[in-house]
Amino acid sequence: MAQDGARRGLAGVDAAARRLGLSPGMSAAHAQALVPGLHLVPADPEAEAQALARLGLWCQRYAPIVALDPPDGLVIDITGAAHLHGGEAPLLADLAARLERSGITARLALADTPGCAWGLARFGAGGIVPPGGAADALAALPVAGLRLGSEAVRALQDVGLTRIGQLADKPRAALRLRFGPEILFRLDRALGREPEPLTALAAPETPRVALRFAEPVGARESLEGVVADLCARLVPELERRGLGARRLDLVFARVDRLDQAIRIGTARPSRDARHLARLLAERLPLVDPGFGIEEAVLAASRVEPLAERQISHGATHLVAGPQAPDLAALVDTLLVRLGAARVYRLAPVESDLPERAVRRVPALAAPLGAVWPADLPRPARLLAPPEPVMAMAEIPDAPPLFFVWRNTRHQIARADGPERVLGEWWVADAEADLARDYYRVETEAGERFWLFRDAPMAANGRWWLHGLGEA
Amino acid sequence: MPPPRSSAAPTLAELRRLTESAGGAAGAAGPDAAPTLPFGVAGLDAALPGGGLALGALHQIHEGGPRGRYAATAVLFAGGILARLDGPVLWCLHSRDLFAPALARVGLHPDRVVYCETWRDAEVLPAMEEGLRHRGLAGVVGELTRMALTPSRRLQLAAEGSGVTALVVHRLCAGEAAEPEPSAARTRWRVAPAPPEGIDRRMDRRLGRPRWRLELQRCRGGAPGGWIVEACDAQGRLAIPAVLADRPAAPERVLRRAVR
Repeated sequence: MAQDGARRGLAGVDAAARRLGLSPGMSAAHAQALVPGLHLVPADPEAEAQALARLGLWCQRYAPIVALDPPDGLVIDITGAAHLHGGEAPLLADLAARLERSGITARLALADTPGCAWGLARFGAGGIVPPGGAADALAALPVAGLRLGSEAVRALQDVGLTRIGQLADKPRAALRLRFGPEILFRLDRALGREPEPLTALAAPETPRVALRFAEPVGARESLEGVVADLCARLVPELERRGLGARRLDLVFARVDRLDQAIRIGTARPSRDARHLARLLAERLPLVDPGFGIEEAVLAASRVEPLAERQISHGATHLVAGPQAPDLAALVDTLLVRLGAARVYRLAPVESDLPERAVRRVPALAAPLGAVWPADLPRPARLLAPPEPVMAMAEIPDAPPLFFVWRNTRHQIARADGPERVLGEWWVADAEADLARDYYRVETEAGERFWLFRDAPMAANGRWWLHGLGEA
Repeated sequence: MPPPRSSAAPTLAELRRLTESAGGAAGAAGPDAAPTLPFGVAGLDAALPGGGLALGALHQIHEGGPRGRYAATAVLFAGGILARLDGPVLWCLHSRDLFAPALARVGLHPDRVVYCETWRDAEVLPAMEEGLRHRGLAGVVGELTRMALTPSRRLQLAAEGSGVTALVVHRLCAGEAAEPEPSAARTRWRVAPAPPEGIDRRMDRRLGRPRWRLELQRCRGGAPGGWIVEACDAQGRLAIPAVLADRPAAPERVLRRAVR
């Protein structure tokens, strides 16, 4: 409930109130008449703004540039950061799931421009607009989706212009003359014809260093120098606080205020200026310096305590054994280059199904010590999914005499088996009656294959090739 | 002026040393002092300079036989070499079909291997080079379809600089010629499955230890040759087949192909 002069009105309603027919903008008296015993809470715009800012800072986990769009919006510029979360769709899904878990109702949209995403989140279905699809995505939305003031919206509606698509093909000069410059300006921003600078939110306690340049810089080499310089300045700051960087955000302020940001993550907290500079330099090709860069700000947006470790270097070497301590530098570089999901170690899973015998663990996880059972020979290459083959066996449950795979006939000289593998009914119901008989076979030429029959021969079991080569 | 006949032998030895150290870039330690990893198979080690596989160098492994696309034997051969070294291993994957339990069975513990998914040759090569710059690694494996001369030089130089061993496992594309391109690799191997010999097939249809036909096709400062060996055991060691071990059979010579 908000006080606006003498009038008391509803500023916001929760889901239960919405079901009762209440909506923001209603007068308090009207609402109380509709719903007897309505619980009204005085609005606290200041606390709301603070909460929005806190949420914005939290959203920096996704991308370095997060801007507030008061009273109830956030703009996240995910350019160059989506790959760290596995792409745009997984990023959006992750954000939605986390917001929902913390009880925040949110509408999310991802588009080329902040304006387009704004309109879709508030007036459209949300979701992801493919690059270049802003005009199509906006066409069906009401004109209010252009971030226009209420007078402008009313003026447009008066002449029957209700959808954004109708505006797009009207002569620009006439629109400007009739409604002033605002509508065209908003339309151009939403369609990406006009740049839209964002004012990035900054957490007060984040370790941060900045460099301002007398002359705009743009050359790749000078940017590399800037990166090295910033890292060298950030490290003493981290050292003083006993922190190591897990994530670094580097924002280049361009002359035209279209900020360019790059973000890197490290697998372990790091305070090594050279290492951090190298990781950032990996992403520099993504930066478009435009007409030049005026200022560069480097912030450690995620930090973890990091004690003095340099002295105990030798000791960790002894304890860690084969896991050499400097593996972190290599893993970080590969993570930054390839994305987080593409660098990992593999660990055993106690499962008889070969497809499930392996799981991924972080590349720098502590050694697990576990190995697959040594007495079960396994192929070097596993076909996923298994490929059907034609095979012939003399008697039931005997290894096949030959099999035909991809139009090639392989005569089997020697074989071993069967190894019975049963489905894991506790994982999926469909596996309750899965039973595979695996045979290791060797052809006349000495090639080894791994075949299985998916049911006993009497039950018309079919043959599949699951692996090649053997150890 | 021709040198006096008495000093011909030392001059020849000196020349050979010079050419060898010129081949290896910095040549700080010289080829004799460079660490090697013996295979433990007499004929094989004798054919390699230094009595084993040179560490801190690039080695190419091709898959012989018709299943070159999968390079299943070559992968196990590479795994067996790394199993006998200490330290973590970077494995640059070309597709998702590598089955880690098989590597564990040739002695490469899963805790030691960091995999990175590099789907294209263009991603594999920089990732390998990155790994080769980190001295803590035992080795770097890259699965490649083809490698031109220049990238092979880069990998060889990086391996020499850090002492990390680089193994390239070649995966043939369908329809691609099996004839390898020139490269700066120290050795080139061809591994293919081989049928067991000396066993009466009708009597015994059970599987024994797999056998490989191992060919050293090119080796700088060494002698190419071919051997029938028993596949890597749980410690990554090759062995001479028991039937052949008793006989002093000379290793069969392989026709040396023209390289470069």
